[in-house]
Amino acid sequence: MNSAQIEIQLIASLVAIACAIPGTFLVLRKMAMISDAISHAILPGLVVGFFITQDLNSPLLILLAAVTGLITVVMVEQIQKTGLVKEDTAIGLVFPALFSIGVILIAKNANDVHLDVDAVLLGELAFAPFDRLIISGTDVGPKSLWVIGTILTITVGLLIAFFKELKVSTFDAGLSASLGFSPVIIHYGLMSVASVTTVGAFDAVGAILVVALMIAPAATAYLLTTNLMKMLLLSILFGVFSAIAGYWMAHALDASIAGSITTMLGLLFLMVYLFAPSKGVIAVLYKEKQQRIEVSLITFLLHLKNHSEKRERHVNHLREHINWQKVRAKTVLELALKNNMIVIDKNIVSLTEKGDEFTSQAIDYIITNEDAQIEDMKDDFFLFRG
Amino acid sequence: MAQNIAVKVDDLTVAYNYKPVLWDIDLEIPEGVLMAIVGPNGAGKSTLIKAILGILPPIAGSVTIYGKPYKKQRSLVAYVPQKGSVDWDFPTTALDVVMMGTYGSLGWIKRPRQKEKKAALEALEKVGMLAFKSRQISQLSGGQQQRIFLARALVQNASIYFMDEPFQGVDATTEIAIINILKELRKAGKTVIVVHHDLQTVPEYFDWVTFLNVKKIATGPVKDIFNDDNLTKTYGINYKVSIQE
Repeated sequence: MNSAQIEIQLIASLVAIACAIPGTFLVLRKMAMISDAISHAILPGLVVGFFITQDLNSPLLILLAAVTGLITVVMVEQIQKTGLVKEDTAIGLVFPALFSIGVILIAKNANDVHLDVDAVLLGELAFAPFDRLIISGTDVGPKSLWVIGTILTITVGLLIAFFKELKVSTFDAGLSASLGFSPVIIHYGLMSVASVTTVGAFDAVGAILVVALMIAPAATAYLLTTNLMKMLLLSILFGVFSAIAGYWMAHALDASIAGSITTMLGLLFLMVYLFAPSKGVIAVLYKEKQQRIEVSLITFLLHLKNHSEKRERHVNHLREHINWQKVRAKTVLELALKNNMIVIDKNIVSLTEKGDEFTSQAIDYIITNEDAQIEDMKDDFFLFRG
Repeated sequence: MAQNIAVKVDDLTVAYNYKPVLWDIDLEIPEGVLMAIVGPNGAGKSTLIKAILGILPPIAGSVTIYGKPYKKQRSLVAYVPQKGSVDWDFPTTALDVVMMGTYGSLGWIKRPRQKEKKAALEALEKVGMLAFKSRQISQLSGGQQQRIFLARALVQNASIYFMDEPFQGVDATTEIAIINILKELRKAGKTVIVVHHDLQTVPEYFDWVTFLNVKKIATGPVKDIFNDDNLTKTYGINYKVSIQE
């Protein structure tokens, strides 16, 4: 690896971390689309800022563009507040309007401005190492690295300071307000961080990848954990992993870095979506299958409990009687036998003491939904896990 | 009665998009009562609580808690929002939700420590949910979620408790458990204000009642004012509730 390669991966990783932090809260607040709006709508801010500063990495330009991001949020809220359109419609109205102003500004001044629409959408990560920050004659590294590093430091500082406030206002805005943590202030604080991060990451990775880096890692982490702190850490991990893996994928395929990182994010989400231990598609299907079997088991046991007469409990008779297919009847019978819930004597099925007790408890639980006595059964049976 | 006034509402008017949902409410809630706010859907019951707590800005009027504005008295007040107002899929545990009740006394930036955790565990025990402390909140039943909310209010150790429909979607056992805790709070001299739907249980559960339907219809002791006349005025139809003598 040469130093340019390391620098690119470092920039991509820092961008991923800086995006994952506000992204986690955006996902939890069901505001994923607002990041899309911000990332597109800051374009006019960037262009105007560039006219003034002539430098894509100037702090003034970043601030100007971030303000455009906040204006977007306010405009969306104002349109939504009229009650005439819903939030998604308001977003769809605001950001294309602002974005198109940016596109026109770039087109009108194409000759003087070192900005083009392709770069805006997809970023120029590969060129990031060429733009160096020189302080009194010494090369201290790529400018983008310093920009995103500064933004990340501020973001992490704010996160550590206001983690509790972000959590409570995201979970329960009403409680947050009554406790004196104004949800409005926290909302605009988060929106400011999201806007600044978007602008800072924009030059390196472009408008589309910024959205992907904010939303995809958080959405992936959401499927894997029930703890906010772990969700944040996992989002960061997924973001960094995709950034580095994406870089090498681009290297191998000689393709766009931004495109490869986004593809990695998508693949990662797909994997987790399919294989996550409790919320994944496969786990859910498995759980449903188990539940079907368990319901059958309880139905079967209940039938035995309710019928003391022998002809109702004959092995051959049972199948017709409960009206099941052969395979299912066999699975259920085996499951009951394996758990010592029934005994079969001369083709007559009877409940064991354990089976009898289990049936009563299970029916009790289903009727009353009282948890207490069923807690210890939860490890064995899906049905009781609610 | 030489009772202190816990909550005083003067000429309160609240509007959504310039359409008033509460008109000119005057209300005095004496200290130590267990009060129901009743009224039909859209009467502004939740809005009244939210306006008292400063969550919704009023367009006119004022609210004082023990004679001072709410902003100065936050530590005296605990609030239980409607259960449906939050996302129960949020990645957090029962204990963590209860801990949120301690955030107010901590203020900005400071984090909860052992002392706050201990208080939260005690509150969980009080509502019979200690065994579920590490459970993810979406894995709790409706009644258990409501108990968690109650524990979160208890941990605030407030003087005045506002609860928005704490009995909504809970089973009979939980309802009894909750009302017993509320009665204990009253016994300890606290003031409890509950948005309530089930008129049948008003005389059994509460000692004070406010009838609300955009305007205030009546407020006072249940034994004096919980009658067919006020019910009819509030609900608009000839309402008859059998009150046990």
